[in-house]
Amino acid sequence: MSAGTISEDEFEGSSDYDENDFEDDDEDESDTEFGQTGDMGFQDMITEKQRKKAYEVDFSVLPLADIMAAQTSAASHVSGILGVSLQQATALLRSFKWNKERLVERYMDHSQEILNQAGIVLDDVHTPVLKRPRGFVCMICFDDSSAGPALGLRCGHVFCQPCYEQYLTQKIVEEGECRRILCPESGCNTIVDEETIKKAVQPTVIAKYQQLQDRAYVADLDNLRWCPAPNCENAIDCRLPHSSFKTVVPTVLCACGYKFCFGCGLGDHQPAACGLVKMWQKKCADDSETANWISAHTKECGKCLSTIEKNGGCNHMTCRKCKYEFCWVCMGPWSEHGTSWYNCNRFEETSSTDARDQQAKSRASLERYLHYYNRFANHEHSAKLDRDLYTKTEKKMEEMQRTSDLSWIEVQFLKKAVDVLTSCRMTLRWTYAFAFYLARNNMTDLFEDNQRDLEVAVEALSELLEKPIEREKIAELRQQVLDKTVYVGSRREVVLEDTAKGLAEGRWEFFVDFSK
Amino acid sequence: MALPKRIIKETERLMADPAPGISATPHDDNLRYFDVIIAGPNQSPFEGGVFKLELFLPEDYPMAPPKVRFMTKIYHPNIDKLGRICLDILKDKWSPALQIRTVLLSVQALLSSPNPDDPLANDVAQHWKENENAAIQTAQEWTRKYATA
Repeated sequence: MSAGTISEDEFEGSSDYDENDFEDDDEDESDTEFGQTGDMGFQDMITEKQRKKAYEVDFSVLPLADIMAAQTSAASHVSGILGVSLQQATALLRSFKWNKERLVERYMDHSQEILNQAGIVLDDVHTPVLKRPRGFVCMICFDDSSAGPALGLRCGHVFCQPCYEQYLTQKIVEEGECRRILCPESGCNTIVDEETIKKAVQPTVIAKYQQLQDRAYVADLDNLRWCPAPNCENAIDCRLPHSSFKTVVPTVLCACGYKFCFGCGLGDHQPAACGLVKMWQKKCADDSETANWISAHTKECGKCLSTIEKNGGCNHMTCRKCKYEFCWVCMGPWSEHGTSWYNCNRFEETSSTDARDQQAKSRASLERYLHYYNRFANHEHSAKLDRDLYTKTEKKMEEMQRTSDLSWIEVQFLKKAVDVLTSCRMTLRWTYAFAFYLARNNMTDLFEDNQRDLEVAVEALSELLEKPIEREKIAELRQQVLDKTVYVGSRREVVLEDTAKGLAEGRWEFFVDFSK
Repeated sequence: MALPKRIIKETERLMADPAPGISATPHDDNLRYFDVIIAGPNQSPFEGGVFKLELFLPEDYPMAPPKVRFMTKIYHPNIDKLGRICLDILKDKWSPALQIRTVLLSVQALLSSPNPDDPLANDVAQHWKENENAAIQTAQEWTRKYATA
């Protein structure tokens, strides 16, 4: 087995690449301000380079707490430079989409303008009104009773507390607004500051407000993206410019275990680039292939144009609808066939040849698409079966622990094998979308060789895993599975490495342009 | 559900002290639903016309804006053929401090100053921009044809 060339260590390192990555990065990030386009230390760059494969990208995982801390740390930095309060600095940063450099630079020249924009008044002598003025009528509820608290910003527009609360709650909970909540008065541009909001609304609404702000923070920064896995609250920090996503497939692995594409947020789709993925999904989703099928498998009645599929029988067709009788081969009226019934001799006539050529073309294009789609879909399906296999595997592992003298650690190879198998199937699946758009040339042939090698290896491993476990053969099986797992992993790496390099070098020739 | 005090008071004031050229009457069976009549403003292509509108106060009014729609056909770049109105305060510029009265006054003002640069009815807006006089003439014709009692 060629797996002998690759040591276990190397393989282990490669499949777990991200875990080490993000832990290291995390520590780096806490010193630098990750909200900005900070750069890594030179030392780190070198070690990163050595370890990194062509298809891997640098990224780090940020738990929610870090996201909140990063906002505070950026704000305290700015508040120190500009001499404003922490809260004012946060508001300023928000209005500048957390671009600290630009904020500080612009603030030096146009401080007043920028303060107005963010709705901040420095020496705030007009502290918010909290008491109900004499003879006050709230212009929202028209309540003119004299009791109860009221609220107004320095703009002097006062409304009663319940109305204010309802207004803010509506803005936050219903409209999901957190960036610019304005005074309820029509046309007033005074921004309701965070402190006032927190005083006026219920704790659940404050929590929602905080959540919206964290969301806005991640949305504002190009280098951050939420992990799309359900209930995962982590964000991924990846510093690659978005323009590079045409040639790089930025696959990241969240601490929750979900692997996805940083560029588009879909699940891992290596080796296909985001643009290609989008095009492929659209192609699979829309009706064009249905139309193709119809044109490849059906003909229209020469008289009433009903669509007819011939599912058996001879060439003498009778339209169900209009009773027109014609020949399926040449589409001419059956009456003209004279005595040569059931044996069409008009095959070479030009009008019918044209029709057949057209049909042959669309049939060929359909067959090509179906070839790739079936394999794409098959791996998707197999991946689902793998998940079932995984549960079975767990049972197997328990069984093995009971029936042999292997320890728990030693039976872990099955889980590992299933993990590798699943990720290989995901990769294989996208290689078919990738290949569909490749132009036919030598590079494509090489790619398909690599693809085939991976596919053969994957199926071999899959077969091995489904074998019943026999007590006396456990040690042998373990060895086989380990070997195969390593081999499969290495084949996957070959495919990914090659495609990623090719993308970076512009070596692949696609017959469509998806770089837009 | 009981009608909020705000709506009751607003309705009382609207009835007692109507804005010039505007009347709004709530339905007996639904006090949130108003029949509105706006007179075409003087010196506008809609002068002499009487325009019927419907106005509905949704559940979360005044936190959400009222829904207003023209029932009378009108040739105006910011009002489409279904009578929907393109007016900022009915959308993102809505403030709970605005009222039925202010909304209707804004609609009336919109009749005096059509804004073809922010159109809802594209064909009308284009007509308005390319040949204002001809567009105004069409608006006058429509007013005579559809908006005179």
